[in-house]
Amino acid sequence: MTVSFDILIVGIGGQGTILASNILGEACLIEGRHVKGAETHGMAQRGGSVESHIRIGGQFGPLIVPGQADLLISFDLLEALRYSHYLKKGGMLVVNRHLVLPTSVFTQKIAVPTEDEIIGRLKNCDLCLLDADAIAADAGSVLAQNVVMLGAASGAMPLKPESLVAAVRKLVPPKTIEVNIKAFEMGRKFEEKC
Amino acid sequence: MKRQYLLGNEAIAHAALESGVDFVSGYPGTPSSEVIDHLRVQPERSFYVEWSVNEKVALENALAAAWCGVRALCTMKHVGLNVASDPLMTSAYTGVTGGFVIMSADDPFAHSSQNEQDTRCYAHFARLPCLDPASVQEAHDMMRDAFRLSEEFELPVIFRPTTRICHSKGDVELGDVAASPRKGEFHKDPKQYVVIPAHTRILHKKLNEKQPGIKKRLVECGYNRYEILGDTAVIASGIGASYVQEILPAGISFMKIGAYPIDENWLGDFVKKHKKVLVIEELTPEVEEQVRQVAGGVPVFGKKNGYAPVEGELSPPLVAAIMVRAGFLPENPFPAVVPEPNLPMRPPILCAGCLHRAAFYAIKKVFKDAIYPSDIGCYTLGLQLGVVDTAICMGASITVASGIAHSGDPRDVVCTIGDSTFLHTGIQGLVNAVYNGANMTVVILDNRTTGMTGHQPNPNTGKTACGVETPPVSLDALCRACGVNFVETVDPFDLAGTINVLSLAKKKKGVKVIIAKQMCVIMARRAGVKRHRYMVNSEVCTNCGTCVRFGCPAIEVVLEKARINELCSGCAVCVQLCPCGAIGREVSR
Repeated sequence: MTVSFDILIVGIGGQGTILASNILGEACLIEGRHVKGAETHGMAQRGGSVESHIRIGGQFGPLIVPGQADLLISFDLLEALRYSHYLKKGGMLVVNRHLVLPTSVFTQKIAVPTEDEIIGRLKNCDLCLLDADAIAADAGSVLAQNVVMLGAASGAMPLKPESLVAAVRKLVPPKTIEVNIKAFEMGRKFEEKC
Repeated sequence: MKRQYLLGNEAIAHAALESGVDFVSGYPGTPSSEVIDHLRVQPERSFYVEWSVNEKVALENALAAAWCGVRALCTMKHVGLNVASDPLMTSAYTGVTGGFVIMSADDPFAHSSQNEQDTRCYAHFARLPCLDPASVQEAHDMMRDAFRLSEEFELPVIFRPTTRICHSKGDVELGDVAASPRKGEFHKDPKQYVVIPAHTRILHKKLNEKQPGIKKRLVECGYNRYEILGDTAVIASGIGASYVQEILPAGISFMKIGAYPIDENWLGDFVKKHKKVLVIEELTPEVEEQVRQVAGGVPVFGKKNGYAPVEGELSPPLVAAIMVRAGFLPENPFPAVVPEPNLPMRPPILCAGCLHRAAFYAIKKVFKDAIYPSDIGCYTLGLQLGVVDTAICMGASITVASGIAHSGDPRDVVCTIGDSTFLHTGIQGLVNAVYNGANMTVVILDNRTTGMTGHQPNPNTGKTACGVETPPVSLDALCRACGVNFVETVDPFDLAGTINVLSLAKKKKGVKVIIAKQMCVIMARRAGVKRHRYMVNSEVCTNCGTCVRFGCPAIEVVLEKARINELCSGCAVCVQLCPCGAIGREVSR
């Protein structure tokens, strides 16, 4: 088997998982490494649960096997729990402390775990929990929460921070480069507290 | 040469550019849409590109271009090939002069489709060569080569990636974009292009005579290859080959199938050198059937004897499990893990401020005990609102509605269809319903785009694929021309007005058409449309649940009161629903 470093990014359609995965892919190119990925497109993006697989150094299939991910980045608490079985033992979990309740919870009165219950159930993992929305707002735009999350997870990745910064610079809309670089650095700083 | 991190479909589009493609057509469909979406926004474009109204139209357009000697690409999803199958079957007889590649993207596991059909069966049926990539890089390389092979065989070539190729990403080695030296010129040759019986009998024979040469050539190209490493073997195709390669133990031979038809003699020689073989492929046992035909006494493991599933998509742990079961792997390298139980699902949902939700609400209000045939698009999500009773294929809302109306069921029949779907294959059903005197109501959900597949323009939007202004079709005039007398256009955000028109339609006999027109909320946001947001006055709210049952993701319940979150796009439909008048414009907080 080849050794790849497997990162799963999960969230809700529209939260920017695809841009986050593109930034990781671009950083791999900058470092001259192979990379494979897979993601959700089409109807599932309409507010549904979405996943992006990134296999750094991957040479074969694009899918990460449940129980094998080295790093799980979740833009939402409930999605973190939904995909937590993808992490391998000792894998790291970086989660935005943000909970969007599925609409069915209200329309069909379906039971849903509280924030504290979810965090309690994630405690078995090597957990880094942060309020990426607030950090992104501090950096200049709440839309940069996906880049804050990458910053916070960057220490766990086998990629140099400068490659990631260069990738951010290349892929975000030109007008938002400064905000996103700041968001990345603030995320990185936060990680030291984890 | 350059290396880029690309989506499979982007790599495929780039390969078409490297081949100097001259003509591109297609109809959007997941997972195929991004190929044309990538090509149509190229800043410097020397080729022609169109979004066609449906796949049959797209294929015939592209076929004609290839008859004129230019390189043509036609893209669609697997079920689109059903629509295009009529010209497909006979295009194998007529052949082509310019390279013609038909991309039909399969969707094992039906991530975003109504079935799991396998395009390889069409290739087999039509006797056309088919390329089946195992990775993004191979998809790129095959698309690049496909035009040349098509010219060599003088046949259309089917290119069949799957969701896990189209929507995979990888670092891809790209070549340079090539300028086309070709210019279309039609050479009249009725024996080739007019398939009257006397001609077609000869063309059929010619098609069959080409087959042995194609099989040999596909092995020479290296798409079908093997390595003998032991006395047992795994034969794999498509993405399954990538999964096998990652876990294949030393000492087991490996054959990779990437192109069809397979050379039986070549296959037989390989199989007979082994004591047993396992076949790994997605969907139909297309390769396995052929392996069994040549295997003689060699035991074959696969779908036909229950070692591998016939439905769904493969995954690395599933491939490992099949290999363990068939004795090709001592144990599964991926121990099973259990997901967290009992979490609320998060399925896709109509957006906050989507016109469809408002239209569905009004339909249900007026037609309480009715039958609701629907169609393929975002609005199929109306299932969650109880207003979608059938969905089978593009355009079938109207035909299913007229079928039910004539069946004797006394209930009202109200069908829903999107603007792009109506133009795709809805019109014929409407003509038929009027002609044959059905009693039914058709609601065209006109969101001014092809929403679900990524907002492609269509003849209703007044823009071509490349953004050039074009005369928009008038849905109203079109429906009247079909013979419909009752055609009304409503704004679904005006609930009272919409309910009023639907009530009028309910009282009338015959076919009634209501066009519920309002721009897709995602398009509106991109176009800079700004509406006031709304909020709930919690002192007035009685938590009656009326707005919550509307099912808008912007409406939540917090501390036993309705609350409108930041997803609100200002459609104001909930304001009209609230019996207490608790919802009003947001005031700055």
